Amino acid sequence: MSQPESNYLEASAQPRQTAGAGHAIEVRELRKRFGQQQVLDGITLNFPAGELTTIVGPSGSGKTVLLKHLNLLLRPDSGTITIDGDDVTKLSGRALDRVREKLGMLFQSGALFDSLTVFENVAFPLVEKTNLSREEIAQRVSETLKAVGLEGMDDKYPSQLSGGMQKRAALARALVHRPKILMLDEPTTGLDPARTRAIHELIRRTQQNFHLTVVMVSHDVPEVFQICDRVAFLHNGKARLHGTVAEVLAADDEVFKRFVAGRAAGEENETALEG
Amino acid sequence: MSIVEMIERLGAFVLDGIVDLGDFALFLLYSVAYVFLPPYKPRLWVRQIRIIGADSLFLIILIGGFTGMVLGLQGYNTLRRFGSEGALGTVVALVLVRELGPVLAAIMLTARAGSAMAAELGSMQASEQIDALTVMAINPVQYLVSPRMVAGVFSFPLLTAIFDVIGIFGGYMIGVGLLGAPSGPYFNGIAANMSGHDIMISLYKALVFGVVVMWVCCYKGYHAERMATGVSRATTEAVVLSSVLILAFDYFLGSILL
Repeated sequence: MSQPESNYLEASAQPRQTAGAGHAIEVRELRKRFGQQQVLDGITLNFPAGELTTIVGPSGSGKTVLLKHLNLLLRPDSGTITIDGDDVTKLSGRALDRVREKLGMLFQSGALFDSLTVFENVAFPLVEKTNLSREEIAQRVSETLKAVGLEGMDDKYPSQLSGGMQKRAALARALVHRPKILMLDEPTTGLDPARTRAIHELIRRTQQNFHLTVVMVSHDVPEVFQICDRVAFLHNGKARLHGTVAEVLAADDEVFKRFVAGRAAGEENETALEG
Repeated sequence: MSIVEMIERLGAFVLDGIVDLGDFALFLLYSVAYVFLPPYKPRLWVRQIRIIGADSLFLIILIGGFTGMVLGLQGYNTLRRFGSEGALGTVVALVLVRELGPVLAAIMLTARAGSAMAAELGSMQASEQIDALTVMAINPVQYLVSPRMVAGVFSFPLLTAIFDVIGIFGGYMIGVGLLGAPSGPYFNGIAANMSGHDIMISLYKALVFGVVVMWVCCYKGYHAERMATGVSRATTEAVVLSSVLILAFDYFLGSILL
């Protein structure tokens, strides 16, 4: 992190003025209200290029809503989001599509198309958005499936795959068009601890192999800290902490410590119950 | 509750209604406009014509046949009281072509294809598949709704025409074949009394019903709440609203095209 520890507490109240270079995504004073509820309350965050940033926080803190702004599914009430140099809050139509083509997204549910096979799902972005030949598409899909460990699963339908395999297939679809930025919304939801670890390792390996900027929303605290470069902790619609993993873990912030301790205690209780 | 609160709630209700109505109208505008804007995906049109049209053919033949048989039975017994059994063909054909054909075919297509469409789109919304299309820079309305609109415009008139023809033969089978109405006047009466205008009324109605059913069913599915009950509610609302609108439009079109 580029600032002293004390400065990244209540980061949204004291936004850092950073140059555009080096940041794949810059969020400035982002606000969003649904009815009477202020979900995002002036969030300011940077997502450095080529790094894996995990957004954590309690339920209802605005993590998924923030991600839906970053992947341009929602429009903010105010504030700016700069992706690869373009302020996407001002874009629409084809200009917005051009930015979207730089993004890959893994949804919480996988969002694979039920009626298509794994191969067709992964090939879908290439078939619909590129002029690649059938052979080129087949080769690209095959390479990507291999990268996520799904060789030989081409003809299976999503309903024939386990939860972990569905996530891998969805990850392959998110990667197949070679995005610069990958966004992941709770990629391990519904998976057991062993599969969670495997998906975490896959995400890290993929990020490094493809030199991706990754933004991930996760509930897997504290395990996820082992694979990410940076952490953003959201609380009450604000970015309460953000920085490298070491900096955030060393921060003297009671709310964050209680959140991490609560997560760990919750998992221990679950393990005890299962035992 | 004070008077002011009541007026506030009424105002909010009316404003919400106006916003929803505007959203509903814009949905139709976009889904039609995207048919004419690139990228063109004729394979998606053909696929939807198969799903909505070709796959509904057996049902339309079945319902058309039984409707014609009922008309033949009731028409023969009624006309016989007046000694007018010879008018059976004309009665069956006009009732089918001008009213029952387009209306019943549209309601059957709503039940078979419209409900499935609302459920499919609702399920796609609930499982974030529509969001996935958006993130891939693929316009979901253009990809999912416009091909269905095209399929509705092509399929409804064709299936209605098939419904009418099968119904006329159904009426012939019962009225003439079973009950003994004179054979010659059945088809001669149709040829003499049915005009091209009657057939066009049937096709115009089918065309409008095609757009209405696709519009309502796609809108309800596309805007389903992201939960299991949301999908079932969307499907029910799609079928009920489509059926009501089919009958309402039938009346208005009937009045205009009479």
